[in-house]
Amino acid sequence: MIEARDLTKSYGGKVAVDHLSFTVQPGRVTGFLGPNGAGKSTTMRLILGLDRPQSGSATIDGKAYSELPNPLRTVGALLEAKSVHPGRSARNHLLFLAQSQGLPARRVGEVLDLVGLRAVAGKRAGTFSLGMSQRLGIAAAMLGDPRVLLLDEPVNGLDPEGVLWIRNLMKFLASEGRTILVSSHLMNEMAVTADHLIVIGRGKLIADSATADVIARSSEQSVLVRTPDAARLTSLIEAEGGKVIPVAPATEPGAEADTAPALTVTGLAAPRIGELAASSSVVLHELSPQLASLEEAFMELTAGSLEFGEHGGPAGGPAGGTPAPAATPGGSAR
Amino acid sequence: MTAPAPASPAPASPMTGAPDLGPTPSGGVKGFGHLLVSETTKIRSVRSTVWTLIAFVVVTIGFTVLFTALISANWNNGPNHLSRDATILADPVNFIMGAGINLGQLTICVLGVLVITTEYSTGVIRASLLAVPRRFPMLIAKIVVFAVLILILSEIVVICSFLIGSSIIHSHAPVSLGDPGVTRAVIGAGLYLTVLGLFSIGIGGLIRHTAGAMFTVIGVVLVLPILSGLLPGSWGAHINAYLPEQAGSLIATHANSNAAHLLSPWEGFGVLCLWAALMLGGAFYLLRHRDA
Repeated sequence: MIEARDLTKSYGGKVAVDHLSFTVQPGRVTGFLGPNGAGKSTTMRLILGLDRPQSGSATIDGKAYSELPNPLRTVGALLEAKSVHPGRSARNHLLFLAQSQGLPARRVGEVLDLVGLRAVAGKRAGTFSLGMSQRLGIAAAMLGDPRVLLLDEPVNGLDPEGVLWIRNLMKFLASEGRTILVSSHLMNEMAVTADHLIVIGRGKLIADSATADVIARSSEQSVLVRTPDAARLTSLIEAEGGKVIPVAPATEPGAEADTAPALTVTGLAAPRIGELAASSSVVLHELSPQLASLEEAFMELTAGSLEFGEHGGPAGGPAGGTPAPAATPGGSAR
Repeated sequence: MTAPAPASPAPASPMTGAPDLGPTPSGGVKGFGHLLVSETTKIRSVRSTVWTLIAFVVVTIGFTVLFTALISANWNNGPNHLSRDATILADPVNFIMGAGINLGQLTICVLGVLVITTEYSTGVIRASLLAVPRRFPMLIAKIVVFAVLILILSEIVVICSFLIGSSIIHSHAPVSLGDPGVTRAVIGAGLYLTVLGLFSIGIGGLIRHTAGAMFTVIGVVLVLPILSGLLPGSWGAHINAYLPEQAGSLIATHANSNAAHLLSPWEGFGVLCLWAALMLGGAFYLLRHRDA
């Protein structure tokens, strides 16, 4: 189990992690999600004792990382930044780590087999592709057969096959009762890997719950309505407590000149909108529920917490922070 | 990915069931022994350190042979040969040792800097500190392994240098290990190189960047003695005497030639040890207090 309590870290006055508290439970894959620069790597470095927090603390199974007697036997970590000498062979890199923990040299061969690097173990790590380097990092993390694993962006640079391999490995390790914290900035990746999500933005906790809940909560349903009588329908819907946002024609790809104006309705389900229209004899040309994609859900969740890029709403248009359904006609589920 | 590795999507067998990891070390002395083994692996598994050690042996012995042979061939010959030959006669051991060490010491400085700065430049420091989160034992083990390795190697090299060099120049300036102060000077040359290497580790730990640390060490060893010599009056002489290289290398000189020096050979060596301790102390302080 990993516990972070009130972790705060700033670099030169710039806050990277801001009073962050969470718990990572064993037996499941916990996704650590946030946009680039949200503080994921910093948080992991704080947990691992590489950086010191200004305040707060982090413990692994109740102990600070620096108090673990042979830490690699308890905790395995894959950091985003490289930590291998390019001139040293993969085997020797793993060997010096194993020796530092009093692990038998045989263990090096075992983890090389686990990640499929046995054939290139004698090659210098500097000649490795990004994917092979990631596998070497995983091998180093698995050396001490640790109960707790922290993996920072492990799928970065991996080909689809490698992504699948790592996904299955993490699920398998979690099923053995280990604690797995894996960071990513890709919601889609986390949605298929993680059982639980910790979402942060600008160093602050945004969500901490089951993956399905996070997706459901953040993807507010909207309905696309097309009617020649937009003004009347709008007043009907607003009387029922719904919210109507006209879709600007320019944002509709392939829209023809004589198409009826489109509205995005939130706060009201499609059947109810249909009933309202029927009761007042408003003609509808289209009535389609929009499913926000996972990426949109994530953008919604972390809106305003992006460290880089646009600081406005994710849509960037006049609609502000609402999902932009017109860009994805018919909605896009995963 | 162009990995020749077979990438089976399913986790391989080593993870099923608990692997045999051997006994859990109890830390303490045994745990530190593991760190010594680990640091030894680090040093021997990188080509740059191995090549630097080879360069040390070749350069030190090679230049000893070159200089003593040149002097021997030009004895009593060439411009200013009278004062040059007199200086050599007054302290032949200093001449013989200095011939190789003046350049050979630079390779030791380079190695001392490299063993610490490459950890930072390659990011290995993160792996090292994840393995040893208390940090100090890792640096202590690194220093012990380096010191033992360099002490043994440099004693062998300086004794070889002396035996070869003294035999080449024997007909003009006879000197042997049995003469008073000579054994101390020869063995002391190895001590000097070792402590100079530790001084370099300290600089490397303080500066963390290879080029910057290298520049600093070379500057202290080669440039400062020249600059301080340009200072007016006794200022220059006093500053010069306490520079790490100037003070430390006194131990590789003959006792009789020390009248002109402000420090005795052992005092000079002590000054170098203080310099090394100061730099290493700073390196330990930063290791503890800086983010890795």
